Amino acid sequence: MKLERRGGNPVVLTIMYIVCIFLAVLSLFPFVVMIVNSTRSTFEIQQHAVSLIPSTFLKSNWAQFTGKSFNPFKGFLNSVIIAVGATACTVYFSTLTAYALVAYQWKMRQPVFVFVLCVMMIPATVTTIGFYQFMYRIGMTNNFLALILPAIYAPAAVFFMRQFMLASLPLELLDSARIDGSREFYTFNRIAMPIMKPAMATQGIFSFVGTWNSLFIPSVILTDINKFTMPLMVSLLKGDIYKREFGAIYLGLALSVLPLFVVYFALSKYIIAGVALGSVKG
Amino acid sequence: MKQKGHGFSYAKYGYLFCIPFFVAYLVFNFYPTIYTILLGFTDSKGLGNINFHVYTEDVFRNFRTILHSKSFIISLKNTVVIWIMNFIPQITLALLLTAWFTSRRNKIRGQGFFKVVFYMPNIITAASVAILFNALFSFPKGPINDLLIDLGILDNAFNFPTDPKSSRWIVAFIQFWQWYGYTMIILISGVLGINPEIFEAAEIDGANDRQTFFKITLPNIRTILIYTLITSMIGGLNMYDIPKLYLNGGPNNATLTANVFIYNQAFAGSYMYNRAAAASMIMFIIIAICSTVVFFIMRDRD
Repeated sequence: MKLERRGGNPVVLTIMYIVCIFLAVLSLFPFVVMIVNSTRSTFEIQQHAVSLIPSTFLKSNWAQFTGKSFNPFKGFLNSVIIAVGATACTVYFSTLTAYALVAYQWKMRQPVFVFVLCVMMIPATVTTIGFYQFMYRIGMTNNFLALILPAIYAPAAVFFMRQFMLASLPLELLDSARIDGSREFYTFNRIAMPIMKPAMATQGIFSFVGTWNSLFIPSVILTDINKFTMPLMVSLLKGDIYKREFGAIYLGLALSVLPLFVVYFALSKYIIAGVALGSVKG
Repeated sequence: MKQKGHGFSYAKYGYLFCIPFFVAYLVFNFYPTIYTILLGFTDSKGLGNINFHVYTEDVFRNFRTILHSKSFIISLKNTVVIWIMNFIPQITLALLLTAWFTSRRNKIRGQGFFKVVFYMPNIITAASVAILFNALFSFPKGPINDLLIDLGILDNAFNFPTDPKSSRWIVAFIQFWQWYGYTMIILISGVLGINPEIFEAAEIDGANDRQTFFKITLPNIRTILIYTLITSMIGGLNMYDIPKLYLNGGPNNATLTANVFIYNQAFAGSYMYNRAAAASMIMFIIIAICSTVVFFIMRDRD
């Protein structure tokens, strides 16, 4: 019995490894092709589209890519502004709302929590038409605030922070802060928040990646090409101007994906752990 | 007595600290929802036109137009079909990998690496992924065609972008490819949350891997399976980025999903905000019904 446990079944194990390695290749292959092809000329790509050997056309692809009607640096900067702003809003206010649900005894506490659970199920995209017309009326289209401020309302994040807080925020600590004369808002900012840092970091990563990747609502709100985010600029890559310039398309894609690769491989441990905590919506 | 007074005086902070959340909800979610409902009953259309009138004689005109619209019915069908085509393989593979990665007999090395790699496509911008796959499946010359010819699977390049059936499968495959790693990690964390004593007892009783998985693991992660089902379903009903950017709903509407339909109604040329709003509300109702049903199933368990 013990022997069996230590060694396992070699046939089964071999199958497992073959499948896992195949899936790993499947995950990586498109990105490898993308990166290698971003260094190859369109002519080379059309001769043979799959190659693992980088070529020397990175510079000319770059020239083609940046010589178009949009500025990728601007898109990158716009994405950073929106993602940082929205993430800050989501993390801070979701923590505050969760704190209200955990640290205080109030009549509406349970109903509010049930409310959060219910609205969590309804995606924002179904009300986009009304949101767009509302923003249009008050002149907020092409305004980043229209994409940042709604992030204050993030029911999934509230739910996540609440679950975490219930497990890791000692309420006695808040009591002793009160005895020391600390005001409630100060207690939240200076005592509760530092304890919540790991959960806030996890939530922050997911909010950031989610906002960075979002396409539907930005594509409705942002119509000025100078305000475009990375995904919106990427969507231009498919347009006719790039139809034949495969090298530049692959380079543009590689550039749009690069920041995410850096974030992901630097923080993968926390990201995987965060996903495992469950209730973070992708 | 004193403590009770304490509790009461602090209760107001519970309300106070919830205010930003609720203000944002009312302004950016509740009001737009009401507005969308209202628009569904009006003649609102045209870029930059914010004057509209409520249809008073034929109140449900837009809703009827949408429900009778062939494109909308096709898009709804596509949305469901593509979701199922992606979800069944996704949950099957995720369960298989979960069984393997939590197996007590056959321990796979490098699990951390595999998890990181399997999950990776999930965090990559869907817009970029869609365009990348569009380039990979290009015709007559493209990486996938080249590969299939090199491997001897195809004799001549296949025109993927104009074939409705394969386009639908490719969209479903991209969804599957992006999400099975996520589902696997959720399921593994569910299995790790099961009391290990149950597994030890099963082992002592001589249960093999298969029996353990079907008789112990599966029933114990039921709640998480339902959670996965509902989040995937909501995400699937909202599918937009991949079908929009892979082939813009084509060819021949084969990858037209409900959200792509709504976007096209409102923002691509015709600016029919009223019809788009009506279609949104129909989707809203479908999602609300599905969510409520599953929510009550979940609540029973907790």
